[in-house]
Amino acid sequence: MSTPASAAGDGDVLVRVDNLVKYFPVRGAGLVPRAIGQVQAVDGVSLELRRGQTLGLVGETGCGKSTLARCIAGLIPVTSGTVTFDGHRISGLSRRAMQPFRREIQMIFQDPYGSLNPRRRVGSIIGDPYAVHKIASGAQRKRAVQEMMERVGLNPEHYNRFPAEFSGGQRQRIGLARALALRPKLIIADEPVSALDVSIQAQILNLLADLQRDFGLTYLFIAHDLEVVRHVSNQVTVMYLGRIAEQGPAQPVYATPRHPYTAALLSAAPAADPDAAAARQRIILTGDVPSPISPPDGCRFHPRCPKAQQACGRLQPALEAKPGDPAEHQTACHYPLQPGETLTVPAVAAARAPAAADGTLDGEDAS
Amino acid sequence: MSLTEVGLQADVASDLPAGPIEGRSPWLLAWRRLRKDKVAVASLIVIIVLAVLALMAPLVAHWVQHPVDMPYTNSGLNSFGDPVAPSGKFLLGTDVLGRDLFVRILYGARVSLLVGLVTTAIGTAAGLIVGMAAGYFGGVIDTVLARFIDSVLAFPYVVLALALAVVFGPSLPVTIGVISFFAWAAIARVVRGQTLSIKEKEYIEAARSLGAGPLRIMFVDIAPNLVAPLLVLATLFIPTAIVFEATLSYLGVGIQPPTASWGNLLSGAQTTYNVAWWDLVFPCVFLLVTTLAFNLLGDGVRDALDPRTERLFASRRRSARRRSRHGRRDAAAPAGGA
Repeated sequence: MSTPASAAGDGDVLVRVDNLVKYFPVRGAGLVPRAIGQVQAVDGVSLELRRGQTLGLVGETGCGKSTLARCIAGLIPVTSGTVTFDGHRISGLSRRAMQPFRREIQMIFQDPYGSLNPRRRVGSIIGDPYAVHKIASGAQRKRAVQEMMERVGLNPEHYNRFPAEFSGGQRQRIGLARALALRPKLIIADEPVSALDVSIQAQILNLLADLQRDFGLTYLFIAHDLEVVRHVSNQVTVMYLGRIAEQGPAQPVYATPRHPYTAALLSAAPAADPDAAAARQRIILTGDVPSPISPPDGCRFHPRCPKAQQACGRLQPALEAKPGDPAEHQTACHYPLQPGETLTVPAVAAARAPAAADGTLDGEDAS
Repeated sequence: MSLTEVGLQADVASDLPAGPIEGRSPWLLAWRRLRKDKVAVASLIVIIVLAVLALMAPLVAHWVQHPVDMPYTNSGLNSFGDPVAPSGKFLLGTDVLGRDLFVRILYGARVSLLVGLVTTAIGTAAGLIVGMAAGYFGGVIDTVLARFIDSVLAFPYVVLALALAVVFGPSLPVTIGVISFFAWAAIARVVRGQTLSIKEKEYIEAARSLGAGPLRIMFVDIAPNLVAPLLVLATLFIPTAIVFEATLSYLGVGIQPPTASWGNLLSGAQTTYNVAWWDLVFPCVFLLVTTLAFNLLGDGVRDALDPRTERLFASRRRSARRRSRHGRRDAAAPAGGA
């Protein structure tokens, strides 16, 4: 019987994900559905989460970041690869064997409306973890719940209210209180602020930071907003179509992105300073994200990459530190951007021209 | 010193929810909406009056001094041996044997309401469990249960009832059993569909990530979301069960005479209706009013639980409401028209 006590080994790594693969079968229609393909949601991802730190996981919708999070949380079984938590392998465990780790790993969900049961009172929702793990009951549980409500900035007198009576930000606080009730070590936050107003986002982010300091939490913070991730993360991992494109400490990744995809993502983030925004070149990627059912060969980004060359379509680039980078800053790219290099996109500019002409209604001169 | 402090703090903590702010629960809101629905309130009153009368049937029989099974061959039948018409002595007349029809109808109401409530309770409980299991577990369990539900619903129920009545002999338990057998399947189908959609909600995933097991998820997280549709289904199934019981009793395979039931009262009226219309009309009126009241109440409950539901007469009622509120400066009226 293994308990999630502190284990020997690399002491400051709380979670280690090793070559994690998650494929979802695609079933055909018919009386006896059989698999006709696979959605390669996560395809060989390895990463480490250090104790007390925040790892920001970014990428477009559908890049597999939520699937990765659910694999780590043990909500869906992995296809292959391992997840190690605090020195214990937790991938492939049965529901019962996973139970002690559930207390240590908690999730915060994106949708503050969908993640709270509309028919249950807030006190009962936040008390759920105590009930499931049979920790406190009756008045004791109520007191614990109310303390937790106060800690996340809710009025403990609202114990008997229903989720519908709260605003989006307050609901996210409720979700946070539920996640923190068992004093977990790891919080997986799946886009916790993307459904909130910007002013409320800041409140929740600050609350998350306070709680991390007070409870010594480790965060896996998923977002598609790079500015939010920059604000909260020590480490950043950029995913594209089930694989890691670039990862490393937040500062070098943001200052000198090596992967063209990272550079494109960064250029897409709105800037607060209008002069800086005007001076900066936005990199518009062409095309859509390819289907994860039949991802491109070689580098998965190559069909959309302005720097792609022949080799990119054949060889899968290894995730490694590029010359001049610290060992932790790793990039999966054959032709990484050099420091100071700006990504020029002639093909993209050409592709955009007709669209612009259509917009001004006098674009019939070309043909 | 520090101990007292701790004690004080504990006191403060327990005093915190001195006046706990009671949330306006969805049920309270639904109840308020239901109270505004005049048709539903009238139906509820009719049902309550009927239930009280049914409960008091022995008392009524005592007051009018007419035991339910007593044939009044002298005062209850006229000189031709036909039933006597409604009068001060026999409020709703008498039946073919000279028994007090009013008392028998009230005793019949006991049977009808008992069958309606018991079969609905059994059917709802069984339907909830089977439907949730099928919807939540999915896979083979779902396939097997869903096909079973389909085959039950495809069964010719009158034929089954006749067959069972022949094998076991007609009785109240057999009647309840037959009706319950068909009640659960329809409810299970609805519950299964609802469960399929609810189990994809994020709060179910949240419960799983907390470590909740399937039973806890089904009964703590899913079931409360099913109560509203179940309440509507149950309210609407009660009149169906009452009519079903009357049908079986009328055919002679349900409740057997001398026990009074609305079905066998109607069956008995077949021989007397040309000389005694009341034998046919009054049980029919009771049956009609009861089923109508339950159906209208069910509709009202559905409207109250889901205010977005559009339905027949809804627009008419809304416009009537708007008119009645016009002078009262009600902010809700424009929203209702949108």
